[in-house]
Amino acid sequence: MTDIAIRVDNLRKRYRIGQREPYKALRDVLTSAMCAPFRRLRRIPKSEFRNANSEYIWALKDVSFEVKQGEVIGIIGRNGAGKTTLLKILSRITEPTEGYAEIHGRASSLLEVGTGFHPELTGRENIYLNGAILGMRKAEIDKKFDEIVAFTEIEKFIDTPVKYYSSGMYVRLAFSVAAHLEPEILLVDEVLAVGDAAFQKKCLGKMGGVAKEGRTVLFVSHNMAAVRSLCSRAFLLDSGKVCQSGPVEICIDRYLIAADTNALCELNTLTLPRPTVVVDDKATLRITRVKLDTPNGHNIVKTGEPIVLIISFKVFQPLHNVVFGFTVESSDNVRLCDCRSSDSCGPISYMQPGDYSIRAVVQSNPLNPGTYRLSLGARSESKGLDYLPDLMILLVETSERFESLWLENPSGLFRVFSDWTLQSN
Amino acid sequence: MNAMKVHENLMAEVGIASQSNADLPVFVIQPSHGWVSLRLRELWEYRELLYFLTWRDIKVRYKQTVIGAAWAIIQPFFTMVVFTLFFGRLAKIPSEGVPYPIFSYTALLPWTFFAQAMNQSSNSLVGSANLLTKIYFPRLVIPLSATIAPLVDFAIAFTLLVGMMFFYQIYPTSAVIWLPAFLLLAFTASLGVGLWLSAMNVQYRDVRYTVPFLTQLWLFATPVIYPSSMLHGPWRIILGLNPMTVVVEGFRWALLGVGDAPEGMIWASVGISLLLVVTGLIYFNRMEKTFADVV
Repeated sequence: MTDIAIRVDNLRKRYRIGQREPYKALRDVLTSAMCAPFRRLRRIPKSEFRNANSEYIWALKDVSFEVKQGEVIGIIGRNGAGKTTLLKILSRITEPTEGYAEIHGRASSLLEVGTGFHPELTGRENIYLNGAILGMRKAEIDKKFDEIVAFTEIEKFIDTPVKYYSSGMYVRLAFSVAAHLEPEILLVDEVLAVGDAAFQKKCLGKMGGVAKEGRTVLFVSHNMAAVRSLCSRAFLLDSGKVCQSGPVEICIDRYLIAADTNALCELNTLTLPRPTVVVDDKATLRITRVKLDTPNGHNIVKTGEPIVLIISFKVFQPLHNVVFGFTVESSDNVRLCDCRSSDSCGPISYMQPGDYSIRAVVQSNPLNPGTYRLSLGARSESKGLDYLPDLMILLVETSERFESLWLENPSGLFRVFSDWTLQSN
Repeated sequence: MNAMKVHENLMAEVGIASQSNADLPVFVIQPSHGWVSLRLRELWEYRELLYFLTWRDIKVRYKQTVIGAAWAIIQPFFTMVVFTLFFGRLAKIPSEGVPYPIFSYTALLPWTFFAQAMNQSSNSLVGSANLLTKIYFPRLVIPLSATIAPLVDFAIAFTLLVGMMFFYQIYPTSAVIWLPAFLLLAFTASLGVGLWLSAMNVQYRDVRYTVPFLTQLWLFATPVIYPSSMLHGPWRIILGLNPMTVVVEGFRWALLGVGDAPEGMIWASVGISLLLVVTGLIYFNRMEKTFADVV
């Protein structure tokens, strides 16, 4: 247990809709205080008003994870997924509404570069001010001052008020101070998206250096290349939940794929919002529910283990020669396979109207860890009955069974077992 | 190896006993309810930040002005001139045997400090919204630095008083050693008020409009323009509730030898100032957790 750097347990944070609490006028408070006795008279507790769920959003819902010392964690997710809220809670800027977290070591947060810069002060003065705000001691800043200035590459302007700086110079100065922080834990929010390409590269290098020194870093970014090159592990956040954690590639894949399919955090079952009655007579068959039958309840299947898909559907008119099928596509839109019910049992020759379900099993999942898209459909002879493109995300993870044989995640899309024999000639 | 060394240094610096790790401080994050400790030790750890923020306030104050720090003298000086003309000459308000200009200027010095400190600290949190939402530090640092910074203006304006004392040939008695105590009282009172107002201002922006008004009323409730000996009976008690009365009277007593030592009233004033600070701290502390979300 000694190597834990951050432990987060069921963290929740509630905000009022609109992200911010509205400014209260003293007048309103006085009015409501005056009304309070009458409210009690009417037996409507105040808390009932305040807990009206419609007024609040949960920016974080039951987030739990652990980070070991020296790990560099990428946090990715869409805008509004709760990434910054998480960092703000961990850096103690704001309190969680519920839950518990533990930080082992001093943490510095970098939610924006140049926090507290004052335009009237010179570059030199701002280095001291900003350094102090970020938690550096004066002696520490004195010691690193030359290094910081050299990193900015704007030595000439160091005694000029920063209000005369170009935005690029400003950012350079700001990042240079931040880059010389030496906390045990660094919480960084999307600050590398500044400066020109060369400076960005330099900053990435510096961040990589920080990581190599054994510091723990939580790194929020939309820059997947940066996350890939810096992080050893990643969390994917969606609507306030960690919906994927683990190897960086898997999280990134899933994040990118979600941009297409519009759904990140589904469970293994999808109930489709479809009319149960026939609206038009063309509708002959409708898939109503799709379930990926996994032991864990999530849409995660391990390599080498069976994939079980249960499709529930409704038939409205008698049908002949029905074939079901699903396709799997990779995150870069390559269709990997097309599995059909006709493979094992031939077309279903006749179906009466009614409710059915069909079960498809792939005995051994050949896919390597990654994120895949599942589409499914049904057809009768040459006529398509129902088709649901990109319906579900299939997450494939490494099975522990193979971990000893394959030291790292293998490349390629498929795991194909091959027998090897060594001979000495 | 290296990491171990860093940790050791950290322990020496921070001095926090850790629970589960041998060498790292542990910070626990969870929702706080009800009474929260003041974490004064943490405030002490952030003393350098307090220094830098105060330094910034002072440094920035008169940047890009032509006469710079002279503003610190000009403001109380012209107030004194106006007071002397209207209250000293026209209204003939008594000044306890010393010339009216020095009588009012001696009072204006602590008063200007108090008014500035109150005004700046009440706006300090809202003015530092970008810091509050981006960085963690004990929030108390902000109103505290806003209360300390006007001390520099006070010191500058004090030089003029020294000049005036030479001019009017008034020399302080040994009572002058009590001057820092009165300044400390003014500081405590303004900090107490500043804590209340700054935290309230985050929630209720009404405060911003109240402060100038409050300052004006408070000026008239303090014997800056008039000597407190003008008032009798119940008025004196009301005056005694105002800590600034003791500060102003104390300044005149310590520097000009005017009036009596404010013995009786001083304990009431100290009590009220401390009460303001303590309740201010409690209120501030309870509101602190919402600052980043509300400001």
